[in-house]
Parts: sequence; C-alpha cells; structure tokens
Amino acid sequence: MSQTLNLTLKVWRQEGPDADGSFETYKAKNIPDDASFLEMLDVVNEDLIDNGRTPIEFPHDCREGICGTCGVMINGRAHGQEKGTATCQLHMRKFSDGDTIVIEPWRAAAFPVVKDLVVDRSPLDKIIEAGGYVTAPTGTAADANDTRIPKEAADSSMDAAACIGCGACVAACPNSAAQLFTSAKLWHLNSLPQGQPERYKRTEAMVETMEQFFGACTNHGECYEACPKEITLDFIGYMNRDYIKSKVKNRKLAGQQS
Amino acid sequence: MLPDSKVPAGPMAEKWTNHKFHSKLVNPANKRKFKIIVVGTGLAGSSAAATLGELGYEVEAFTFHDSPRRAHSIAAQGGINAAKNYRNDGDSVHRLFYDTVKGGDYRSREANVHRLAEVSTNIIDQMAAQGVPFAREYGGLLANRSFGGAQVSRTFYARGQTGQQLLLGAYQQMMGQVKAGKVKLHTNTEMLDLVVKDGEACGIVCRNLVTGEITSHSAHAVVLATGGYGNVFYLSTNAMACNVTAAWRAHRKGAYFANPSFTQIHPTCIPASDEFQSKLTLMSESLRNDGRIWVPRQLNETRAAKDIPEAERNYYLEEKYPAFGNLVPRDVASRNAKTVVDAGYGVGPLKNGVYLDFADAIARDGRDAIEARYGNLFQMYERITGEDPYTQPMRIYPATHYTMGGLWVDYNLMTTIPGLYATGESNFSDHGANRLGASALMQGLADGYFVLPNTIGDYLAPKLNQPLVDTDDDVFKESERLIEETTSHFLGIGGSKSPDHFHRELGKIVWNRIGMERDEEGLKSAIEEIQALSKEFWSDLKVLGDAKSLNSSLEKAGRIADFFELAELMARDALDRRESCGGHFRTESQTPEGEALRDDDNYAHVSAWEWNDKDTPQTKHAEELTFDEVPLTQRSYK
Amino acid sequence: MNKRKAVNLTSTVSPQKSGHKPLRETKKELPFPLNLYQSAVGKKWVMAITGLMLVGFVIGHMVGNLKMYLGVLEHDGSAAYDMDIYAEFLRNLLVPILPEGVFLWILRGGLLTAVILHIHSFYSLTRLNIASGRSYESKQDWLASNFASRSMRYSGIIVLAYIIFHILDLTVGATSDEFVHGAVQSNVVNSLSNPVIAGFYIVANILLCVHIFHGIFSVFQSLGVNNPNINRMKRGIATAVSGLILVGNVSFPVAILAGAVEYNECDPKLSVAEQVEENCVNSSGHDSDSDDDSHSESEGY
Repeated sequence: MSQTLNLTLKVWRQEGPDADGSFETYKAKNIPDDASFLEMLDVVNEDLIDNGRTPIEFPHDCREGICGTCGVMINGRAHGQEKGTATCQLHMRKFSDGDTIVIEPWRAAAFPVVKDLVVDRSPLDKIIEAGGYVTAPTGTAADANDTRIPKEAADSSMDAAACIGCGACVAACPNSAAQLFTSAKLWHLNSLPQGQPERYKRTEAMVETMEQFFGACTNHGECYEACPKEITLDFIGYMNRDYIKSKVKNRKLAGQQS
Repeated sequence: MLPDSKVPAGPMAEKWTNHKFHSKLVNPANKRKFKIIVVGTGLAGSSAAATLGELGYEVEAFTFHDSPRRAHSIAAQGGINAAKNYRNDGDSVHRLFYDTVKGGDYRSREANVHRLAEVSTNIIDQMAAQGVPFAREYGGLLANRSFGGAQVSRTFYARGQTGQQLLLGAYQQMMGQVKAGKVKLHTNTEMLDLVVKDGEACGIVCRNLVTGEITSHSAHAVVLATGGYGNVFYLSTNAMACNVTAAWRAHRKGAYFANPSFTQIHPTCIPASDEFQSKLTLMSESLRNDGRIWVPRQLNETRAAKDIPEAERNYYLEEKYPAFGNLVPRDVASRNAKTVVDAGYGVGPLKNGVYLDFADAIARDGRDAIEARYGNLFQMYERITGEDPYTQPMRIYPATHYTMGGLWVDYNLMTTIPGLYATGESNFSDHGANRLGASALMQGLADGYFVLPNTIGDYLAPKLNQPLVDTDDDVFKESERLIEETTSHFLGIGGSKSPDHFHRELGKIVWNRIGMERDEEGLKSAIEEIQALSKEFWSDLKVLGDAKSLNSSLEKAGRIADFFELAELMARDALDRRESCGGHFRTESQTPEGEALRDDDNYAHVSAWEWNDKDTPQTKHAEELTFDEVPLTQRSYK
Repeated sequence: MNKRKAVNLTSTVSPQKSGHKPLRETKKELPFPLNLYQSAVGKKWVMAITGLMLVGFVIGHMVGNLKMYLGVLEHDGSAAYDMDIYAEFLRNLLVPILPEGVFLWILRGGLLTAVILHIHSFYSLTRLNIASGRSYESKQDWLASNFASRSMRYSGIIVLAYIIFHILDLTVGATSDEFVHGAVQSNVVNSLSNPVIAGFYIVANILLCVHIFHGIFSVFQSLGVNNPNINRMKRGIATAVSGLILVGNVSFPVAILAGAVEYNECDPKLSVAEQVEENCVNSSGHDSDSDDDSHSESEGY
C-alpha cells in the first residue's frame, strides 16, 4: 500500500551555459512512493512555484523510458540505482523515508549545461549525421522479403538499435566517451545486409566525428552499467574492428565484403 | 465554404495512380528553387523532410525537442500494418482499406483510406531498406502478427519498440539529408505562429526554447507534422510535451479543424496512482489475448483479488459479449470499464481500475509461456506499480491515446490555407471516428514518404521563380510582435497558480465531460466550465523566470492556452454531432444493447470548423462522405 | 509594392544556437598506416599491440629469471651460474648470421619503440580524455570500473620510473660499484639483498601486474577480437597472466632476502664438478673479459 516519503534533495541549479552553478537544498515532503522520480520533481516544482521560486528545469518527455530525453545523475549514478532503467522509470518506492538525494546534470565537455539539469546533447546527432543511416532514397526499395536476414542477425541488430540516445553512457564514462552510443548505431546498421555498401565509410565517418567531441574508451565498462537499455560492450569491440578494417581496406573492394 | 476535397474521379483502385499522373510536376532542376518548411520531426515530419530533400527541395525542419529522435512516434509499441499478404491469409489492399473504413465507423474519406492501404506495402519495403530491424522468422523472412482483433496477420513489428525503430529509420534518413545539405535542422525551436500573406501560407514564426529568441522563417510551403492533441486530457499516454499549438495557431490563421471530438481512449493503461500522476502508461493491447477482465460483484470490496471466489467476480465483457469476450474493440472495452468503475466496482487503492487477470492463462499455458509472450510488459508493469502481475491481477483503466481529429485536409493533404499541409496525426483524414491498432505508424509514414512528396508539386509548380516573402515583411513582424506580447503577458500576470494546475483542472473537465461518454447536458456545462477556467487562467496564472532562457513553465502556458480553446471546440463538435460513432459516444444515441448508434442520414460527414475570432464560436462546414465501396453497416460484437 | 526579395536560400537560416563547435578538429589524413594513429581508436589499437609486446617481454623476462633458482651448472667445460649462461645465450642469438649482440640490440630497439609508442599513445589519449572532461561536483558511484582500470595512468607512470631505475641498476650498472657486466647472478643478488631496492621492486611489480590485469582485460576490446565467447574468459585470462607474472617476479626478491638464492664464489682450485656440487663459481673467469662492454650486458635483466 502506498506510503509517503520525506526527502532532502540537493539539486544542481545553474542559470545558463555560462553562469556558475551550485547545489541547492530542497525538502521534498509527502512524496507518494508510487510516484516516479520525475513526478517527485514535479511536486517539488509545484512547491517552488507556490513559494515564488523558479522551478527546476529537468529533461523529460515520454516518461516511458523510450524517448531518451530524461537523464540525470542521481546519487552519483546515471539514471539512478536501478539497472536498465531510465530516470523516468525509476520510482520513489526504491528510496527510503529521510533519504538525501543528490541530483546533478550529465557532465562532459561536449554536453554543456543549458540550464539546471538540462544539458545540450546535440553532438550525438552530429555522430548520426556523419553516417548513421542507410542511403536508400524513398521509392527505391525492392520488396522487403527479397533480402533475407537470419533471425539471429536481425535480433542482434535490434539489440543495438534499442539505444535511446539518452547520453547516460557518456555521463557515466570516466573519459566522457561516446563509444557505446556510436558503436550501437554502427552495429545496428553494419550487421544488416542493407548496411553493407556503406559499412566502412560509415564507420570511419562516425568514429572520427565522435572523436571530435568525446573522449577515448579505456574499457571501464561504466557505460554498460548506466545504459537503460543494457546495450552490450561487445559493440565497442566490433566498432574498433570495423574501424581498423575501414582504414586498411581498399574502398572499392570494401563495399563488396561483409 | 469548404474547398473541394479534390478526390479524383475514377474507380477507387485507380484514383491515386490517376491523381499522380494528373498532378503538376516540378522539374528536377527547379526543385532546388523551392523552400519547404516541415514542422515536427516524428514519423510524418522526418519522412517528409527526408523525402523532399532527396527530391531536391530545400527543406527546413523544425522540432521543439533537443533532437528530432525524441518525437513521440518513438513510443508506439505494437506495430505497423501493411497489406503485404505475406501470410497468404487472404489479406489485400482492398481488405486493409475495407477494415480501416469500417473500423473508423464510416467517418473517413474512402479515397484517402484506399490510398493509405495502397502505399502501406511500400512503407515496409522502404523501412526494411532503411535498416529497420523488423522481427524475422528463422528463414530470414519478415514476421507478422495479428493485432487489435484483425482477422489477418498483417502487422509488422520490431519487438515492442516498432515506433522507435521506424522513427529512428526516418530520423536517420533525414540526418543523411542534413549531411547532404538539403535539410536544415532547427532543434529546440517551437513554431508559435503560421504566417499567411495574400491568403497563402508563407512561413512560420518560432521561439528558440533555449535562448528565447523569436525568429521568422519564410518558405513556399509549410508542412505541419505536429502530432495529436491527446494532452488536452492532461492525463494521457502522450509524452509530456505533446501539444496542439502549431496546428491550433494554423487554425486561428484560417485552417479548418475537423472532427475535434474524435479521440481514441485506449482500454489497457495503468491507472493513475495518485493526484501527482503526470502521465499514463500504455500496456500493449495484446495483453487482452490472454488476460481476463473482471471486477468484484460486491461494492466496497476489500478482499485481495485472489481471495475473491469465482462466483463473486464479474467478468463483464465475457458475459456481455460472448462472441468477442475480452477482445472487443478498444472503444467498447473502454466504455464498459468506465461503466463498472463509475458504478463503484473499481479496484485498487483509488478504485479507479479493473482487473486484467492472467491466473487462468498461467494455469493453462504455464508461467514460462506467459513470460515468453508478455515478459517485458509484466516487467514494465511491476516497475511502475510495484505489484507482481504473475501473482496478482494487473489493474488497468482506459486512457487517452490518439486523436483522430485534426486539421482538415484535402486529398493532397493541403489544409484550407493554400500552401499549408498537414500530415500524420495532425490531420484528420484516414481514421474516421476510430483508429485501428497499428495504423498510426502506417499513416504517418504514408503521408510523409509517399503522399505529400507526390502532391506538393501540384501546388508549387505554378509558383516557379516566385520569390519568398521577406521575413522583414509586416506579416512576419506583426506575428513576432503578438508572440512577444503574449509571452510578456504570461510573465506579467503574477497570479497564484502554476500552468500545471490549470492543465490538470482542464483535463478533469475534458475527461469527465468529453471523455468516453458524452451527453448534451455534460457538454453544455463543459463549455461553461472551460470558459470559466480559461478566464481564471488568463488572470491568475503564475509563470516565474524569464523569456530569455529555458523556461518550461512559459512553454506550457502557451500550450495550455491553446488547449483551452481546443477543449471548447471539442465540446462544441461533440455537442453538434448528435450520434454515436467510433470513439465518439453520445449516450442519447445507442442501440438497445448500449452500443454506439450512428445516424448516417444526418451525420455521415466531416465537421470542419472555421475560426472566427476569440469571442465568436467557430463556424461548422460539413464535408459529406459517400461510401461507394464499403457498405454502411452497424457494428455488432455480440 | 510587395516587399519581396529574390530567392536566397543561404541567408534565411539562422545558425543553430544550441549546437556547439567540436572540441577538436579532424586533421588532414596522413597516408596509411599513419592515419590509423591519428584517431583515438587507432591509438588504442597501437596501445594494445605494443602492450601485448611488452607483456610478452615481461613473461619472457620472468621465465629467464627463473634460472636463478637453478644455480650452478656445467657449461662448455666450466662451471657457471645458469643465469649467466642464459645471458650469454641471449648475446649470441642468431650468431653467426649476425655478429654477437646485434640481434639483442634489434630486440631492444623493438622494445624501446613499443615503450615509446605505448607511452605516447597513453599521453595523447589521456590528454584527450582530460579535455573531453567531466566535472561532477558530487561523488560518483563506480559500478564497473575497478582500481586497476582507474589507476592505469598512475600505475603506468610508477612502473616506468621503476623500469628506468631497474635498467640503471642491473643493465647499465650505474647504481653499484660491485656491478660486473655479464655476472647477472651476482648483480641480481647484490642488488636485491638490499631491502630498500627489494621493497621498491615488489611494489613496482604489484603495480605492474595491476596494470597488466586491466591491459589484458582490455586488449580484446581494443583490438576488436571480442565476442561473447571470449568475453566470458576475459577476466580469467587477465587474472591468470597477471597473477603468474606477479608470483614469478615477486618470488625473486623474496627468495634472495630469504637466502634461498645466493651468489657464492669458491676456492679457485675446485673442479668443475665440485663447483656444481657446492653451488658456487670460481670467480676468476669473469673479471678478465669485461673489456667488451657493449656486448656483455645482460639483456635488461
């Protein structure tokens, strides 16, 4: 049965990208334990507005764990303590009455704070823009069943494609590396027949764009622990392999091999 | 006057082909001379932007999200229909067309629906080529399932994340065009006004949500792909940011709004747990294949579900509809849940749900089989409610899910404003009064990939070499001024209640009066209540912060203001339509068995509402619907 | 008059305010294989390859050192410490194809190159990572990373410092007056009987093995030879390799301090068989051929 919690929040407040930020302490009172973490913030915000203080800006949208908008550091963990769970799917029953919760935005040089807990993750779009697609203009496609894909391959590709682009991997990484994000998209496309013609060009372009913004992988594995979709680290290895191949292979031949 | 719907003449199956042939074309070399604005980057928007870019048009795409991939299309779970007939089970373009018209309870335009069914097959081909990892059989061919009570297996899916995978496919395709320089992307940019000059759409005015900057953008044509307005109910399965603002501002500039009262209530959502609930979560409809829906027979039941003996359980759907049982259509299942909960038989702490019980299915097929089928859904339910659906029944309740109504468009998807197009959920066209499961993704992609790119040329071709309207023109400046004015007005009211407060209160009115059941008295009082609350909104709103940085309260205030006007129009539309059809149920119009009773003599039409001014209610225009291919019949699920 | 202007498709777009510039620009691509080294993924690849070379060396070095437990053997008609015999063997590798010691220098050159590349890739990746930086104000709760993975840069630097000392101590002989080129057993025992040097040796070797643990663990991923089957073994392989090296290497100073490994000189009159029997050598043989310095160093031992 539903209970209520009284919590102490330490929330990062920052006016804008160039402003200095600091932690502010708030009391969150009478939070139903059925509430989600974001609903808890809603309640705190209503309270702040009532008291004439500007509400906390935090990233959120679908609240179903699929859009990838939400994401904050909760007590030093990206998306909080529940494994494989985005912030919006974290519920207050996982906390205890009297807890202190520290909430901080994602941190990385490539993710400047926009305001409070909201950061700018546009470099992730830049990585997709660099090559995270299959060039197949509308109308050119042959019948979908003309290309058979082994079920296992389609499943593996889907495992990678499940990435929601929230940036938790970058936030959790001690190097602010985006390897898990980039490699997931690469494996999604590189493991499918449709992705073969552009495989090595794509790998090269996406990896090099990634490196313009993010750090390098030192194989800690924090990204996997933080990932709300539990994307596997294997994809990073596959990306490394494809990248080396992309540099070694003759382009004219590369497209003909998988 | 309502413009011509431009439905082409000729046999149904040849209309689209003929129409494409008779439409004017823009020479490939001239396409780069046209600029098109696409607002919204969900399925309909991304696919349109990508395709128009590929064709050679200069495209500017706008999203208020931080990335196009956040659009709410991403949350669709179930799948996408296509008349491929890969299962050899008797499906065809005509059958999908037939099912969609019938499922929409005969309130959609036949020609549009037929075209949708025709291009559905191309969508699957296109998305597979795009690298969407659809579910596969062991032989490597695409898998299908039957969805939402359909008699054929025509639904393609990618686990429970079909919307995500399709959106990523369209988004990636668009990003390819961004790289190619054909699409310019504006993120964090919310369209706040449509600009019309000499009766034609010529651009939009936006606010950058991060910097607060108001900017004008000029184009030869504007495409709205801005989704539905389900959030007018406050609690819905829509994402928090979904809103009607772009479509509504276009409506205020002269685009007719069609069938606003046609909203779909999805029967299987997790009920609200407390008053702070911000949104509802959908549980896939497939659960009804194995779950049995019931409520206790006894009022004020306090026993746990498992302690209630079989004889004291009311399996109301199975009793009332022996043939379809728990698999009755969405609107029927939803309405019956409301009836039992309103009568006081609701379950859960707030008595606001009904049981969806898997005990029999687990006893019959074993826990492993149920886990294999619904494991991820059960896990999601457990995460949200803290209850284990393997040992105690799920609690479910209907929630707003999709809006069939939207901007009126002709066969070319053009609104009543020349040069303004509406695609996907933001238009009204294909689903009539009720949408079939797995058809929303289909329609969004059909519009964006295959319809709009083929119809927009007809409008643009005569405008070759016509210059863009300067963004310094008075029409733009006036718009900018009004937006600045409203913004500073919101910040200056200095009232006592937050935007969320008004949204929540508005939602209660809409849900109670314009929800699953509507009646004359309730609708009339809804209009009064909405007007009263709206007055309070404009005088007692409290928006803190400033307009020069991210300010979600300010964003919400503008969106809620539009929801007020929309809610009023929904009530007027529902009041005007004195019949029941699909998701619109007027208690005055029902069969002796309590089913929706259509009045085809008086209401076989689309109600398109024309904006007058803020103080004068909209004027209705009716587009009569004819049914040449699908004979009008009364639905029955007994 | 309509205030309209000609179509200008470049000027009407305002720059995206939220986007920001890359932290670093991609440089002009160099010819293969140098282009590999321009990217972080390529640098990791180089780091992995050179790391593997160095681990191979460390294992070889440890196996060679195990000779100290064998004591004195008969060799070419005289008695000698097996350790010293092995050192001579290294100097004579590929003789007579190459002159004495040349191949050893080629090996050393390769090792030195590996060390330099390993360090340079480390340096530039670390700079990249620091620049890509994070600045959490609250304490981060580590879930997957461990002491080994987070201390790579520090363990690496300390190990490097030790290796420099170790070369000066036992290869160049710069730290002791008693150092004799080629008399490896004598040099090692002399050096490691000093508790301070032995302590430094032990600490450095523990860090070396911590470093190697994460290195081996990472190498599959960096080289892209991973797959779910290998993943299951990764931690085991890393533990086994680093544990083996740790046990082997740390046993040497412990054995020397405990007196289990000694260097003994004995009466010049003893016969070869008697020297072997007594586990000592007739020291006169050594001093005389220290003229050929460059060839008589032990291979970095």
